Amino acid sequence: MSMIKLDFSEQVIWITGASRGIGRAAALLFAQANANLVLCSRSIESLTQLREEVLAISGLEPLCLAYDVADLKAVKSTGQQILAKFKRLDVLVNNAGILQDALLGMISEPQLFQTLNVNLAAVIEHMQIASRLMQRHKKGSIINVSSIIGRVGNVGQVVYGASKAGVIGATLSAAKELAPSNIRVNAIAPGFIDTEMARSISPEKFQERLNSIKMGRIGDPQEVAGVVLFLASSLSSYVTGQVIGVDGGMLI
Amino acid sequence: MQSHNEQRLKEVFSRVFSVPVETINDDVKYRETKNFTWDSIMHMSLIAEIENEFGIMLETDDVIDMSSFLKAKEIVAKYVND
Repeated sequence: MSMIKLDFSEQVIWITGASRGIGRAAALLFAQANANLVLCSRSIESLTQLREEVLAISGLEPLCLAYDVADLKAVKSTGQQILAKFKRLDVLVNNAGILQDALLGMISEPQLFQTLNVNLAAVIEHMQIASRLMQRHKKGSIINVSSIIGRVGNVGQVVYGASKAGVIGATLSAAKELAPSNIRVNAIAPGFIDTEMARSISPEKFQERLNSIKMGRIGDPQEVAGVVLFLASSLSSYVTGQVIGVDGGMLI
Repeated sequence: MQSHNEQRLKEVFSRVFSVPVETINDDVKYRETKNFTWDSIMHMSLIAEIENEFGIMLETDDVIDMSSFLKAKEIVAKYVND
């Protein structure tokens, strides 16, 4: 039996929200596959440890950048820095996101726009800049992290659900637009994954969520990262415009 | 007299649209070309090629504003000295 070994050497992977959760797990998996990494987070300190882990795994110095993903000017300048350092971009993982629950009637204006800006507008702007870099060599893969909530909705998550459903709509349109340039765009829709985001809910809610998962357990960030790598790699070279659930059979 | 950058830009247009470099002049306009197609899809290929040629990254507003060869010359001049 032959083992398939993913190899991303000479490729450049841009990951937002890299310091924690799914972004961090994806970064470590990409490092094992010898990728050049662009790791982004709101604070540079939060990337210090990851940078060292990546170096230890691949020996390749990642480009660590601190910026707010919703700052559209910063997205552009990040694109320029990637160009200056690596001269190319192969993969974008649009992973950064925030979760703030609120019932209708109690959604504040700042919360509404912050969530839409971080979870949706930033994803679009990153695709806009990344696709221009990818156009240069007519090849690329964009992976947008949506959520099961963006597909089926949930109580208290009107804003979050809207932002994540928006990510799916943006993914489907971008996939059609960029296919002639050989740039693939797909989304993943994680269910209940063991991240700080999931651990921020009450113990009762946590148990309730577990009960809704057919596989009977919370997902590991690595299990989501595996799908990200699949979509980034040539294993999925004919896959575009898809939304892949990574949820262990979760029913909300 | 034609500048060095204008000649480079003409060659970029010529490459992207696969037409002789002589056919590229100030009258070449977005969506109004006769012997080749400069549409929104080709526009992004053109932008990528211009950025590659001059080693620059254009502002989104400039990508949108680049509606003719004449305009392209003006925009590129903002980023690179002749």
